[in-house]
Amino acid sequence: MSAITDPPQGSFQLSMLLSDTRYRSYTFQFIALACLIAAIAFLAANLAANLSAAGLNISYDFLGSAAGYDINQRPIEYDSQSTHLRAAMVGILNTLIVAFLACVSATVLGVFAGVLRLSNNWLVRKLMAVYVEAFRNVPVLIWILIIFSIMTVSLPSPSAFRGDNATSSMLFDAFAFTNRGVYTPAPVMGPGAWVVVYAFLASLVGIFAFRKYATKKLYDEGRLINTLWPSIALFFVPSLAVFFILGRPITLEYPSLQGFNFQDGIQIRGSLIALWFALAIYTGAFIAENVRAGIQAISKGQTEAAGALGMRPNRIMNLVVLPQALRVIIPPLVSQYLNITKNSSLAIAVGYMDITGTLGGITLNQTGRAIEAILLLMLFYLIISLSISTVMNIYNNSVKLKER
Amino acid sequence: MSDTHAQSVAFVRDTVIPQKAPPALESGTIKWVRTNLFSGWFNTILTVVTLYCIYLVMAAFVPWVVNGVWAADNIRECREIMQGSGGGCFAVIADRWQQLIFGFQYPSELYWRPTVAFVLLFVAIAPVLFYQVFPRQMLVITALYPFIAFYLIWGGTILIPIIAILGFVAGYLVYNRLINTSFAAGFFGGVAAAFVVWWLGGLVSAALPEFLALDAVASRDLGGFMLNLILGTVCVSLSLPLGIVLALGRQSDMPVVKGICVVFIEFVRGVPLITLLFVANVVLAYFLPPGTTFDLILRVIIMITMFSAAYIAEVIRGGLAALPKGQYEGAESLGLDYAQSMQLIVLPQALKISIPGIVNVAVGLFKDTTLVSVISMFDLVGMIRGPILSSTDWNGVYWELFGFAALLFFVVCYGISQYSQWLERQLATDHR
Repeated sequence: MSAITDPPQGSFQLSMLLSDTRYRSYTFQFIALACLIAAIAFLAANLAANLSAAGLNISYDFLGSAAGYDINQRPIEYDSQSTHLRAAMVGILNTLIVAFLACVSATVLGVFAGVLRLSNNWLVRKLMAVYVEAFRNVPVLIWILIIFSIMTVSLPSPSAFRGDNATSSMLFDAFAFTNRGVYTPAPVMGPGAWVVVYAFLASLVGIFAFRKYATKKLYDEGRLINTLWPSIALFFVPSLAVFFILGRPITLEYPSLQGFNFQDGIQIRGSLIALWFALAIYTGAFIAENVRAGIQAISKGQTEAAGALGMRPNRIMNLVVLPQALRVIIPPLVSQYLNITKNSSLAIAVGYMDITGTLGGITLNQTGRAIEAILLLMLFYLIISLSISTVMNIYNNSVKLKER
Repeated sequence: MSDTHAQSVAFVRDTVIPQKAPPALESGTIKWVRTNLFSGWFNTILTVVTLYCIYLVMAAFVPWVVNGVWAADNIRECREIMQGSGGGCFAVIADRWQQLIFGFQYPSELYWRPTVAFVLLFVAIAPVLFYQVFPRQMLVITALYPFIAFYLIWGGTILIPIIAILGFVAGYLVYNRLINTSFAAGFFGGVAAAFVVWWLGGLVSAALPEFLALDAVASRDLGGFMLNLILGTVCVSLSLPLGIVLALGRQSDMPVVKGICVVFIEFVRGVPLITLLFVANVVLAYFLPPGTTFDLILRVIIMITMFSAAYIAEVIRGGLAALPKGQYEGAESLGLDYAQSMQLIVLPQALKISIPGIVNVAVGLFKDTTLVSVISMFDLVGMIRGPILSSTDWNGVYWELFGFAALLFFVVCYGISQYSQWLERQLATDHR
């Protein structure tokens, strides 16, 4: 028998900082801190020395001066006399636009491909495997450049649409695919147009409320209300009714060929499409794998038990498998969204004016403020990443399996 | 009993009936096709639509490859030969493959050197990848490979790689000598010994720059797919140890160490690689002592290594977290100190769990090396977009070049991911 002895409680001695595990960690941390401070001091001293040697300083004044360059895609008011700050704002909005478009399409594509990879149709399964492997294993930059080449090289120029013997024609007289971008009709808001929009939004809320009500009825009284047709009716009828009662306030403005180029309508530039499609297809392949893994993570017993209860296959998917699979799918899905946002900085390779193209590209080159511009650029991406991961953590905690 | 039956039953079969072949619809190819392709109206539609899509793609792709032109001097000659048959102008690859692989500035009479280095790469990583097959002694080649490859690709005096090796050997000897006292003593002693050797060796190599020297090639002359491979292998191998240290630091109980690691990892993971490359390109020089000039390629390697180290650290952290707590406690109860328990108990298991994740990061990183073309380095993509597409000979040949680049990356990345899946099956020691 050996008695358990307390560790010696003697008075603190300096040597304990090295020999006693209770105090040694303080020594390590002190050393780490000292090294860190020394490194920062070293870098800062170098920076100061280099800047003064080059006659530069750190200043953000350049953000207030006129940018002097044009941006071809402007979600907000901007011209070449606007400030660099304004240019950066335009860039941020452009980043968010392409990231949003790519996230939505990548999700649709990825879920589609992921589910089809589990199809019992051999051909479809193999085709989806080919898609996933082909796109996952080739750099996204190459895909962006390939799609950009398709948009700018393979499509006809606007002049091909002109004249009696035009070699190209518009799709449905509404869409023109040219090497300067894709032209689509633009909605024109007449007086009263917003009423239609509000009616549409209100009907969306109505659908949501109706479904909630149906679920409550089902749980409280066991009465199953068919929600599909009322939802569809709610979706279309009120908005269309308002639309026609107000005398069709929303009209479409079709693109038309005037001179050497198309006028009117919305021009979606090739660079945006290249970036959007490439990011969507590339990330879609990753999302497909996440979705597949998520569905496969649900044990087969769940499906069989639901089948034993007499549920039909699509209800098993909707009510049993997917809700559980989502818990597995969503965290990697969100990190894929983050990847899309970060990869959208490749816009600079095809001349899409996102934040990297404006602040990190032209502004940096014109003002020579490399340190400031890149610091702001990193800060922007950092804020986006950190805020999304914070939201993610909150979500993860809320769906975590509550175990004993 | 049997007698009565012998009279009452007219016929008793005493041999087994030979088995009949299953119905034609329930066996062989027909059954496979029925169950896998046409098992219902929905599946039938899917199959037909898929077949049509495949036909569309093939109808465009096959003539492009079959009618391709492989011998021509420029795109106009290519088009003349093709006569509008819709083939690809693969002559650009035949004409410029050396530039695509080695870059346009690497001296063409020295192409054998990176080629030998590339072949040796397989010899060097074989014992790591297939450690069950190859003897452990071959790991010596792996350890020597970085120095050999450096000597072959960059050239210069052989003293530099030899001194680098000597530094590591000296460090290891000192570490082995002092490790019995404590891990810290061994570690810092080893590092100090290595630096002493390198410092002394630096004096020697500066005095004898022509000793057994190959023609020196400057870093800026590297390019093409070779540059992608160099960046990929160097950065992955450097970021692995750094990633392990960061992961351990993030798991640490010491708030200061943990804080430093968390901030570093989250910062690097939060920004795109392009911004880090911008830093390497234009900002990093401001943070170096005045007067020092770093190669651009070295600056890029530093930044990409930091980038991938942060990602690898997160993967390894996952592996560390997945280990049952009993393993840590077991190691402690055996009386192992921190360094021993990590080396002997925790890391071997945690790294094994992390292998698929690490390979994913490695593949992603290798693909991301194409981003250096944005800061005007001439890697494979940079070569295509820069010197080749802007030359008068090949201006307008897009698909063949990008297809070639995509194919090269696909072969490498797909190979790596297949290897990782194979290894995962090999390492699966749990009973299922």
